[in-house]
Amino acid sequence: MSAAGSSGNVIRKYLPVYFILLAIFLVEVFLSFQHFATGTLVVVLLLLAICSATLGLMYFMHLADERRGLLLTLIPVTIFVLLMMNMFWSDSVRLLHMRPGAQ
Amino acid sequence: MSESEMAVHGHGALLEESPYAIPSRKLTMWLFIISDAVTFGAFLFAYGYIRVSAANWTRPFESGSVVNVIVMTVVLITSSLTMLGAVDASKEGDKAKAMRFLYSTMALGALFASLHLREWFALFGRHITLSSGLFGQTFFTITGLHLLHVICGVIAIFVVSKMYASGRLSAGYVENTGLYWHFVDLVWMFVVPLVYLTNFAH
Repeated sequence: MSAAGSSGNVIRKYLPVYFILLAIFLVEVFLSFQHFATGTLVVVLLLLAICSATLGLMYFMHLADERRGLLLTLIPVTIFVLLMMNMFWSDSVRLLHMRPGAQ
Repeated sequence: MSESEMAVHGHGALLEESPYAIPSRKLTMWLFIISDAVTFGAFLFAYGYIRVSAANWTRPFESGSVVNVIVMTVVLITSSLTMLGAVDASKEGDKAKAMRFLYSTMALGALFASLHLREWFALFGRHITLSSGLFGQTFFTITGLHLLHVICGVIAIFVVSKMYASGRLSAGYVENTGLYWHFVDLVWMFVVPLVYLTNFAH
């Protein structure tokens, strides 16, 4: 295979991922015009964003092609830290409303 | 290992193989990306909680902004595709093709940044600024941080492409820059739904 042909092939290879990402985004835009409660909308959009990010990580960033050890080292730690933030931020919002937990 | 074996294989044979089988600079880029992801995560979590708990929230985005954000997203995702082409061409040793893809990525990144700034100035015109309440503070902080990453990415691609073209950097550096660029794209996938799509005026 010539070098010039290879880059074209890699773009063709990842075109389905590209179109899936665009499709997910358009679904998000459509959902944002539906009359959901804010909390529900945030959760649904976040789940769709996680799907997009997973595709981006696995195929555009080639994490799927790397050794499994890299994925198992990076991703669980990131998820753990983000979930821990979830604890901290709920606390900060409670303080924003001046409603300390003891009361 | 005997002395004769060491003479044949050198000291490198004594070292354990990297468990990830990637160059150290690529692992460093991954670690940077993870730490940056956590930074964005902190901002987006904070925004999410404030957005859901605030009773009166500004919803400034109308039809013009919807079109703008759709174009911005298509531009950024397309730039990831051109970056994939650049990385692949550089690995194949086709410098001319890699440079074309890198220039395309830079152009798309610059277009994204200009559309972003247009959105900002439209908001400034409606007196929505960094100091105009919770929406302004969160919106300009998060999108500003992302815009900073895009601008740094365009500069990084420019520098790496020039050095790669002159032969001072290898294809591995193009791949690392590509990883960063895809990460910027990935963050946008969270910024758009949370910061833009939940704030359309109905």
